[in-house]
Amino acid sequence: MRRVVVTGLGLVTPLGADVETSWANLIASRSGAGPITRFDASDQKCRIACEVKPADHAYGFDPSKRVDHKIQRQVDPFIIYGIDAAGQALEDAGLTEMTEAERFRAGCSIGAGIGGLPGIASESIVCHEKGPGRVSPHFVHGRLINLISGQVSIKYGLMGPNHAVVTACSTGAHSIGDAARMIAMDDADVMLAGGAEGAICPLGIAGFAQARALSTNFNDTPEKASRPYDRDRDGFVMGEGAGVVVLEEYERAKARGAKIYGEVIGYGLSGDAYHVTAPHPEGSGAFRSMEMAMRKSGLSLSDIDYINAHGTSTPLGDELELGAVRRLFGNAIGDLSMSSTKSAIGHLLGGAGAVESIFCLLAMRDQIVPPTLNLDNPSENCAGVDLVPHVAKKRPVRAVLNNSFGFGGTNASLVMKAV
Amino acid sequence: MSETADRVKKIVVEHLGVEADKVTEDASFIDDLGADSLDIVELVMAFEEEFGVEIPDDAAEKITTVKDAISYIDEHKG
Repeated sequence: MRRVVVTGLGLVTPLGADVETSWANLIASRSGAGPITRFDASDQKCRIACEVKPADHAYGFDPSKRVDHKIQRQVDPFIIYGIDAAGQALEDAGLTEMTEAERFRAGCSIGAGIGGLPGIASESIVCHEKGPGRVSPHFVHGRLINLISGQVSIKYGLMGPNHAVVTACSTGAHSIGDAARMIAMDDADVMLAGGAEGAICPLGIAGFAQARALSTNFNDTPEKASRPYDRDRDGFVMGEGAGVVVLEEYERAKARGAKIYGEVIGYGLSGDAYHVTAPHPEGSGAFRSMEMAMRKSGLSLSDIDYINAHGTSTPLGDELELGAVRRLFGNAIGDLSMSSTKSAIGHLLGGAGAVESIFCLLAMRDQIVPPTLNLDNPSENCAGVDLVPHVAKKRPVRAVLNNSFGFGGTNASLVMKAV
Repeated sequence: MSETADRVKKIVVEHLGVEADKVTEDASFIDDLGADSLDIVELVMAFEEEFGVEIPDDAAEKITTVKDAISYIDEHKG
């Protein structure tokens, strides 16, 4: 099998509109949470979110930088975030100007969990109130999940595999894992891979709140709401944004002298086969996903220095994941660090696995692991594990594991190491 | 320039994201202003909303330039 490395990164997060700003704010223990500003949330049970900041904010996002005015009007926010993050990643990799032959072998695998919910909600009101003749001709292709991959392929002329994963909150990790396999199996030489989400709208917040998934106890102190592993956690905080990486076949990357952030060496997938929203009570799906990724990687358990946990801050999920990590790693758990960056940026749903994989790669680059914010009183089952409370920690980071688990009982794990 | 022309041009600039001075009366939506067939459907809908006119599909198909739109609206608005 061919080796696959990461040669470009792109991020749009609640902590910044690019990779370095998002990372610097994350390492500085900043929180991206705040009151919802997109709409009047006063009648919602959950009135907080981690929104991508507007262009006039100190680390706000300017959609006009990489997305045409016309496209901005036609598509949902998740597509705008995805196009921008993909552009950043290609620029970072130095691959914006590929030959036609190279572009035949370059593709996209950028998905989302929810997709264009804000646009579906608003256009359904148009259809109901003004009739079908007033529905926008851009309605469908402005909301479809595979339209990040579609738009990016058109913008940059990428004619290789064009794919989009839809596995709820595992989307970003599955996207990278699947795309890495396409390169390993010689379907492509370069893949843009990742995920995006932009579902902060009345229906999105209400739907997750009704499923009892969102935090509702911290509406007056939003920065305290996302608190993975803390005994007072009561649900996740919705985030938005995108993460996209450039995956590239190793020999090609080496030959052109590309900057290499790390190698994707292990990918595991599993299904809980248990419940649509609740994790398996023994964490068996999470365990098997991690176990498969570790086995494929060929590494020893003690080689993993950092785990970026799924850790959404829900009462059930965090400890089940930690229990599965404990069973798999045994004594090696005492030497690694594990944190949940959702404590700072919230849960980016379909974008989470990709954004968090990028944080893993940066942890290896800078030899520092990002913190778990608000971990004031760890749950009793957390003893003996370094969950990096409150502040980032300098330490050797040679190899990393990233977990993502989604509704439907879908699990994905990625193992990456420095080259 | 007529009042209709002003309002038509404003809609075209907003929808297609083009410079106002490119929206001349002779400009073709597709050849000069970068529109595709779906953009024209959307523009026609915006004209219908703005001017309270009905533009049937067979008439909409004949609207290819800015001038075509202005003429149709001037002939049909109430």
